[in-house]
Amino acid sequence: MSAHVVPLKTYYAIFAALLCGTALTVWISFFDLGPLNTVVAITIAVIKALLVVLYFMHVRYSSRLTWVFAAAGFVWLVLMIGFTIADFDTRGWI
Amino acid sequence: MSPSATHPAAEEHVEGLAHHFTSLEQQHEASRLGMWAFLATEVMFFGGVFTGYAVYRNLYPEAFRLGSHHLDVTLGAINTAVLIGSSLTMALAIRGAQVGKRSAQVGLVLATMALGAAFLVIKGFEYHEKWTGHLMPGPGFDVAVFGAEGGHARIFFSFYFVMTGLHAFHMVVGLALLAWIARRAARGEFTPKHHAALEMTGLYWHFVDLVWIFLFPLLYLIGRHA
Repeated sequence: MSAHVVPLKTYYAIFAALLCGTALTVWISFFDLGPLNTVVAITIAVIKALLVVLYFMHVRYSSRLTWVFAAAGFVWLVLMIGFTIADFDTRGWI
Repeated sequence: MSPSATHPAAEEHVEGLAHHFTSLEQQHEASRLGMWAFLATEVMFFGGVFTGYAVYRNLYPEAFRLGSHHLDVTLGAINTAVLIGSSLTMALAIRGAQVGKRSAQVGLVLATMALGAAFLVIKGFEYHEKWTGHLMPGPGFDVAVFGAEGGHARIFFSFYFVMTGLHAFHMVVGLALLAWIARRAARGEFTPKHHAALEMTGLYWHFVDLVWIFLFPLLYLIGRHA
């Protein structure tokens, strides 16, 4: 379990994907997509973050318990930001 | 009651194994869980600032857009690539330990440090430019540049300096950890079975990269098109 050796080409592929993601997010930011600009930028960032966590941080090859520990922080972060945004975005409705 | 009666394996000493663990695998798993628990607190720590950012950007979208235009996208993008590169060398250094290549480990940890230092140097140039351009929040901040949004733009730059400053501080801590790791790697302390310190430092380094992956688009790329 602890000695899962990831092939070199996997690491190079992830590195290339992360660079492409960076180039893509810069390129897209020059187009006016309205509110979608933020959605696209965060989506690309989340995909890049998942690649880092799953491959560079080896979570994909780790135990289920490690998955729970790794996911916990991000789950609460999404709740904290999600509910805060939901509050501020809906204040104008009343 | 002799210890060997309850713990037959305790008789033979395994290199690097603390007495309260039954195997190196179990010890390694405990390190990993402990590190992820720490990283979860780090996610919450940065999460608070990100939440504050979300609130103020929601309140003053125009000021954040104007402020963002004063950041250097090219330097920001170069720094993103530099950090991603340092994550690659870090991952390869751990792989070097897994397959038992000592010289590769040392070289790759040093390469990670060089890339980390390059990031901080570029960040330093950016900070210097903001300082001389009167965009540092404080008495010298030039509100007139942003017209009616001057006060709100100052909030954007407060977030910029706090978020990138906390991130840069984490990089400095990471560089110190890597210096310690490089020394241990050079002494040949990390074997395919026993390299938890190297791997946990790697997790920390990748986490710092993660934070920047979100900081870059949120600070540098707001409303670039307009």
